[in-house]
Amino acid sequence: MPVYINSIGSVSAQRTFDNSIFLEEIVRYTDTVLEIITPNYKDYIPPAAARRMAKGIKMSTVSAKTAMTEAGMEEDEIDAIIVGTGLGCIGDSEKFVSDILDNDEQFLTPTRFIQSSHNTVAGQIALGMGCMGHNFTYVHSAISFESAVLDAKMLLENGEAKHILVGGVDELVDHHVNTHRLIGHIKQEPVETMSVLKSGTKGAIFSEGAHFFTLSSEKRPSCYAELLAVKTLNTLGENQVSGKTRSFLSENGIEPDAVDVIILGYNGDAEFDGYYDTLANALFKDAVQVYFKHLSGEFDTASGFGFWLGNKILKEQTIPDAVRMNSVATNSPKTVLIYNQYRGENHSLTLLRKC
Amino acid sequence: MSELKQELKEKIIEQLNLEDVAIEEIKDTDPLFGEGLGLDSIDALELIVMLDKDYGIKLADPKQGKSIFESVETMAVYIKEHRSR
Repeated sequence: MPVYINSIGSVSAQRTFDNSIFLEEIVRYTDTVLEIITPNYKDYIPPAAARRMAKGIKMSTVSAKTAMTEAGMEEDEIDAIIVGTGLGCIGDSEKFVSDILDNDEQFLTPTRFIQSSHNTVAGQIALGMGCMGHNFTYVHSAISFESAVLDAKMLLENGEAKHILVGGVDELVDHHVNTHRLIGHIKQEPVETMSVLKSGTKGAIFSEGAHFFTLSSEKRPSCYAELLAVKTLNTLGENQVSGKTRSFLSENGIEPDAVDVIILGYNGDAEFDGYYDTLANALFKDAVQVYFKHLSGEFDTASGFGFWLGNKILKEQTIPDAVRMNSVATNSPKTVLIYNQYRGENHSLTLLRKC
Repeated sequence: MSELKQELKEKIIEQLNLEDVAIEEIKDTDPLFGEGLGLDSIDALELIVMLDKDYGIKLADPKQGKSIFESVETMAVYIKEHRSR
């Protein structure tokens, strides 16, 4: 049974919450950490509900509502809500743990506790929609989002659900940033957005974001793409990437030269971008090469931005200049492959086709 | 007493994240729950913790909360009589 991506929603360091535009104008930064461009939350969430929501919940709610609206999906049509997140609502988790330490394990308040679990986002969205169906949260570093997508795909293919809201979310908080800066996972020097790949330094530009999609076994007029396949691999050497990618495509009956657009998760980390080079310099040297983390920044579910980008490319049939790595021409992209990894681990391959 | 009421209003706004409410909008006798500020049961728990942490008042019977948290006025009266810090 085919799986269609009927709608998208995104809150990121770019103006992606408006589905009517497509990176025509990008926001350029010269920094090491990028915060999201905050939508007007009051347009999406009643103030009484918003006051107790962590940032991750707010941006997920906006993203999820955008996707639901675009698909013309009624809340009671959603059979399942599946979310991937690397760190959940880490902001409230940090505050809760700090309160425990600061107050000698006394005076702990409920709100931060409620939001300290990873499944808060999926739970809050379900509560808001009154969705009593399958509600899962996948927490697995850089393949958290893909794990959620894979679960949704299997549910739809098995006929266990018809419409599923799938998303990925992660938020930035001070302690997390400070720790990752200390261990060199964040670049030491600010880098200008369009120079990220040329930085030649270790580490990445960190960020945050929420990306939600409605996946269905039924194609709607708003459809962006068909999800053909998704695969996750925990450990992979650089010399294995091409072979695994070739096998993945073969399993799905697709030759490498049939891939019109390859979306690569380059983040400018001189230590690990070589993984992407193995595909860009050989297997897909004649395909349109696209990158996105200079715009979205790096976070556990940044591949949600890549998924968003792939869907947009297939629906709009255009490739924004800001994401192009080469000048290969394509008039009508039909097949998009997304490859992502973080620090040489947790690799994912996602295959999309024009619907 | 008026200082305590002012302090309570500030704490309520800050701790319950009532970003859109100004101190002057909370009248001393306005109901905190239901109509008025529209607080809910989770807010009640936050207020119980606040009484304990900031004023040294432990509510042995949570049912007491209903009358204590009726308004800023009733909270201030109770705190003034029972506070240990």
